[in-house]
Amino acid sequence: MKILTLVRQVPDAEARVKISGGQVDLEGATLVMDGMDEYGVEEALRLREGGAAVEEIVALATGPKRVEDALRTALAMGVDRAIHVETDQALDPIALSRVVAQVAQAEGVSLILVGGQEADWDSQALGAATAERLGWPQLTWTNELALEGDTLTGRHDVDDGNESFRVPLPAVVTTQQGLNEPRYPTLPNIMKAKKKELRKDTLDAYGAAPTVRVVGSDIQTRARLNKMIDGKDPQAAAAELLDLLRNEAKVIA
Amino acid sequence: MILIVAEHASGQLAKATLEMVTAARESGREGPVTVLVLGQGVAEVANAAAAVAEQVLVADLPALARYDAELWAAATAQIAREGEAHTVLIGGSRSGREFAPRVAVKLDAPYLEDVIALRANGAALQAQRYTYLARVTETVEAEAPVTVVTVKPGSFAPAPPAGATGEQYDVELDLPAPRVEVTGRSVEKTNRVALTEADVIVTGGRGVGSPENFTAYVEGLADRLGAGVGATRAVVDAGWRPYAEQVGQTGKTVQPKAYVALGVSGAVQHLSGMGKSKYIIAINKDAEAPIFKVADYGIVGDVNQIVPALIEATRK
Ligand SMILES: Cc1cc2nc3c(=O)[nH]c(=O)nc-3n(C[C@H](O)[C@H](O)[C@H](O)COP(=O)(O)OP(=O)(O)OC[C@H]3O[C@@H](n4cnc5c(N)ncnc54)[C@H](O)[C@@H]3O)c2cc1C
Ligand SMILES: Nc1ncnc2c1ncn2[C@@H]1O[C@H](COP(=O)(O)O)[C@@H](O)[C@H]1O
Repeated sequence: MKILTLVRQVPDAEARVKISGGQVDLEGATLVMDGMDEYGVEEALRLREGGAAVEEIVALATGPKRVEDALRTALAMGVDRAIHVETDQALDPIALSRVVAQVAQAEGVSLILVGGQEADWDSQALGAATAERLGWPQLTWTNELALEGDTLTGRHDVDDGNESFRVPLPAVVTTQQGLNEPRYPTLPNIMKAKKKELRKDTLDAYGAAPTVRVVGSDIQTRARLNKMIDGKDPQAAAAELLDLLRNEAKVIA
Repeated sequence: MILIVAEHASGQLAKATLEMVTAARESGREGPVTVLVLGQGVAEVANAAAAVAEQVLVADLPALARYDAELWAAATAQIAREGEAHTVLIGGSRSGREFAPRVAVKLDAPYLEDVIALRANGAALQAQRYTYLARVTETVEAEAPVTVVTVKPGSFAPAPPAGATGEQYDVELDLPAPRVEVTGRSVEKTNRVALTEADVIVTGGRGVGSPENFTAYVEGLADRLGAGVGATRAVVDAGWRPYAEQVGQTGKTVQPKAYVALGVSGAVQHLSGMGKSKYIIAINKDAEAPIFKVADYGIVGDVNQIVPALIEATRK
């Protein structure tokens, strides 16, 4: 069986986000593979290393030329081959799921791994939208995965706790922190990755266009009081804090 | 019509549903506000929904005893089609955000996710939502015969009971067979106020030191303040606290009047879940901890000394 792992390139979580002309401006930001997608790449590798019959692991990304870097990272982590659907048009998850589903079909994969929440658009939709297009089941927010033959078992978070599950492949799985500890690409593997196939494709073939328009973006920071209290005398500090909470903020009785 | 898929738990209509009713009414979109109740043994949920909506559609079926993304999506899409809904509102819970994209694909509809504001703009539907780990507020717009929306919990006031009681109708559904088999389940129950409903939250991070300290200090202070208890991912991963208490990107998003962070560093992924709190209070021994940048009141000190003093002071 083959696994497809989705890779998105996003600003580093610590990067300062700027707005110019009502749009997020990524100029100067360090761009990295979305942390949530790293768990997906890592998990695909672990499933194979754990003895599951994984023939091939393919990474897919859409976006401008720069997203190649994120695909190279996936290749250096150990993915076999990458596909880059190159476009300057940003695709919302519903639009992007068209591309992912078609690639999955063309490649004959039976498991798709997608990050649980995008670090740029805070969306959780891509996994589910892709699953629906393919008519496959989905498991979101997984903490544990095991593959035996064509059966996927594991554990995932739900509204009020977590559930263990069993599902026949094909399926879409979304990943999150805690599923595994992603490996760092080693220098030899970074060198090897340069020789791996990174196929370029264009968006035209997929009939995917944005379904949502961004009207504006804005950073609304709440002005904070930043009142600091020295904690050297715990009793005095505690009394001062309580007084502020009761009489200034009026948030406790 | 505006179709709202009811959120409910333990036989009770959830506050999230009342919030969606407000979102529907404030949106300026026309048509009766219709609540769809999916589940088994949901008569009371349907009655509670009828107190706030014009119509309630009820599917009370054994097949719906347990939430399943594919079943919920199939049911919602079918009812949206039959009722010619132009707007479908789904709760921004974990499950809601899991099945809503499937509904959008089934209806070939655009999807506005986890919105905090919603309004008709001519024929388009415009919404606001947070992006970039909740650091950016984005205005997005879609124009289509039907649009699917998930509504972020806590973003709208719960709708008060309407004067009249809405009509209830039973609906028939064409449901697929579930494919995901649930082989085990662990539910995390706490006796405290739900995090998403608490006015005050006391959260402990790794700096609290141990599960025992967490109980003594974080729960101890929360008890004194009548507060909910939160935890950082570090603490949840260490097994000190249940996942249900986790606040942040991969946990809950909360917006209390006061958020008290004890021994929490203030990583961006944590801030994304609590950064909109009205007042943020931090106690951390490291004056350089990022949490102080967003704090209204901060004490630089050891939680092991400050928190017992605080608990003591609340008794005075
Ligand atoms: C994809 C992804 C998703 C994530 N999602 C979440 C999420 O949902 N929620 C979340 O919380 N995190 C999340 N994280 C993790 C996040 O990055 C941080 O690792 C985590 O929030 C740190 O938790 P902490 O503040 O408890 O621990 P630490 O960062 O270890 O901080 C402990 C703090 O306690 C202070 N301290 C130590 N001892 C004392 C003492 N005696 N008295 C007072 N202060 C003391 C220290 O100065 C320090 O600031 C996520 C990370 C990733 C990559
Ligand atoms: N939250 C979002 N959801 C979906 N698509 C988005 C979102 N934000 C941006 N986009 C897409 O990205 C394009 C430009 O993005 P940006 O320059 O990042 O604001 C827009 O035309 C959209 O297609």
